[in-house]
Amino acid sequence: MTRTITLIAATALLSLGACAKKRPEVLPPAPVGSGADAGAGVADPNAAGGAVVPGSDADFQRSVTSNTILFALDQYDIDAQARSILDSQVEWLNRYPNVRITIEGHADERGTREYNLGLGDRRANAAKNYLAARGVSPARISVISYGKERPVALGSDEGSWARNRRAVTVIIGQ
Amino acid sequence: MIAPVLSLSLMLLVGTASVPAVQEAPPPQPALQQAPAQAQPAQQEELVVDVEGGVQPGAQLSIAIPVMPAAAVAQTPAGSTDALGRQLAEVVGNDLRNSGLFDPLSPGQLRQPSFPEVTAPTFDYWGGTGAQALVQGFVRANGDGTLTVGCYLYDVSTRAELTRQGFVVSPSDWRRAGHKCADMVYTRLTGEGAYFDSRVVYVSETGPKNRRIKRLAIMDQDGANHRFLTNGQSIVLTPRFAPNQQSIVYMSYIGKTPAIYVYDIGSGRQRLVVQNAATTFAPRFSPDGRYILFSMARNGNTDLYRVSAQGGQPQQLTSSPGIDTGGSYSPDGQRIVFESDRSGGQQLYVMNADGSNQQRISFGGGRYATPVWSPRGDLIAFTRLGGGFRIGVMTPNGSGERLLTDDWQDEGPSWAPNGRVITFLRSGRGTSGKADLWMVDLTGVNERRIPTPLDGSDPAWGPLRP
Repeated sequence: MTRTITLIAATALLSLGACAKKRPEVLPPAPVGSGADAGAGVADPNAAGGAVVPGSDADFQRSVTSNTILFALDQYDIDAQARSILDSQVEWLNRYPNVRITIEGHADERGTREYNLGLGDRRANAAKNYLAARGVSPARISVISYGKERPVALGSDEGSWARNRRAVTVIIGQ
Repeated sequence: MIAPVLSLSLMLLVGTASVPAVQEAPPPQPALQQAPAQAQPAQQEELVVDVEGGVQPGAQLSIAIPVMPAAAVAQTPAGSTDALGRQLAEVVGNDLRNSGLFDPLSPGQLRQPSFPEVTAPTFDYWGGTGAQALVQGFVRANGDGTLTVGCYLYDVSTRAELTRQGFVVSPSDWRRAGHKCADMVYTRLTGEGAYFDSRVVYVSETGPKNRRIKRLAIMDQDGANHRFLTNGQSIVLTPRFAPNQQSIVYMSYIGKTPAIYVYDIGSGRQRLVVQNAATTFAPRFSPDGRYILFSMARNGNTDLYRVSAQGGQPQQLTSSPGIDTGGSYSPDGQRIVFESDRSGGQQLYVMNADGSNQQRISFGGGRYATPVWSPRGDLIAFTRLGGGFRIGVMTPNGSGERLLTDDWQDEGPSWAPNGRVITFLRSGRGTSGKADLWMVDLTGVNERRIPTPLDGSDPAWGPLRP
């Protein structure tokens, strides 16, 4: 569903571009669906009005405690709050055993770029390992690290940094 | 598009007869004899710029770089030769000023030498300007469509010619002749290696912090000839030149599969380096261009690998639990410096190129990241984390650590080809989080921003162009 909307948006932009005067340096739309776009724990606004398709990412976000778990500075261990969130995700994933997911790992801006790619991978894998230990088949789970490239909170303060050190579970379909 | 085969050739204008093209230029004989320099006893100290201690503002070498006259006014694809003579003097002046070591006199206040004066400077006049050194040159459009740019350096007080060079360039490469001229002046007066005729590849940034659009871009080190290489549809990170400058290795999120790619500058084509589902990043060429050193994250663990630049099976170099990344070869290709958090936080390590003999070299407070070996081999530049991010250098055995910058977030150093200047990215605090490209010299005194059309990050300085 998210994907469909994205495509429609992209098509709309393209047709606008076609109508407009040709400019060589027109920037393409921003990368989409990186998790940052949805925002941690924020319901998909597209899902608000219409029917939510069972098994979709909107359904997932509405049903689980959160799609996002947070980490301490430079850490990647799954704490009690993260466990409870992931447990709610396990429950939903067990209901839709054919659904595949991607776990995005993120870091705050206080690490260097390359190190944060490794750190994001660590966090995504920590979440993956927990889900797998609770019975979700690892074959259903892919991971991707965004390092510090896609923050959800834009400030340079403790509160923002805490929100950005995260792993986000995204439904990618059957 | 810059053709891979360069049409710039270097002529040494030695004596009067070696190069006919220049021989016929300024006719007067006295200047070409270089008699004053040899005849005069060496009473005065040689004109030299001491780079070691750092040159404070106000103490730079005063240098005059007047408009370079044209042998004859002629139209070229890059404009008329007399306009080029003006612009060339500006290119030379800007390069030297940006080095922080020279104080070029304003060209508008200087007389424009006639063509014959190029090899016979009016020293009485130049002595009155306060200039210690004088750079004169000329421009000529050749019959075959090329340009010849002559470049002469004089010591104003001894009235001696110190050196001269001539460059034959295609009109589209006219700025390179200016950079080569500035390099000649810089190397002759400082004793350091050249670096002005070089390029920088970096990531051009625009848009909000949470949806930043990032595009590969390439430009001359002074910001000219800027060109975008990718369209911004995918996140791109950490581009680095191949030693032959014909390709760039970088990381891209194309297809939502973060991996390293080699981008061919001539064709604009790119190819995946390692066929693997795992995340590959932090790529860097070996000095001979045969290998690409990179990091691969698998199951939460990151190790260093190398792979043939043509692709194929990667060879694993480190296997410690932890994040090993940021690998960079020594100039002889025998060793690798990298960062690892195996001891807890990020620290710097040096190992042999095959992964053996891993030794920690950083022991200060805070964390150390993004090490890069100097092309001269004598130093390693790094980012030190603790409070803010700062750029520093240390020797390959970890001694002699010095921090060069002090700002909120300076990250990702990359060396100029002469190993005396470092470019890096500086990020701003807060919601905008804008990043810019900066450079600093080894003394830490001369720090300045590199102008870019948009924001910029991850600069990588290329080698000196041939």
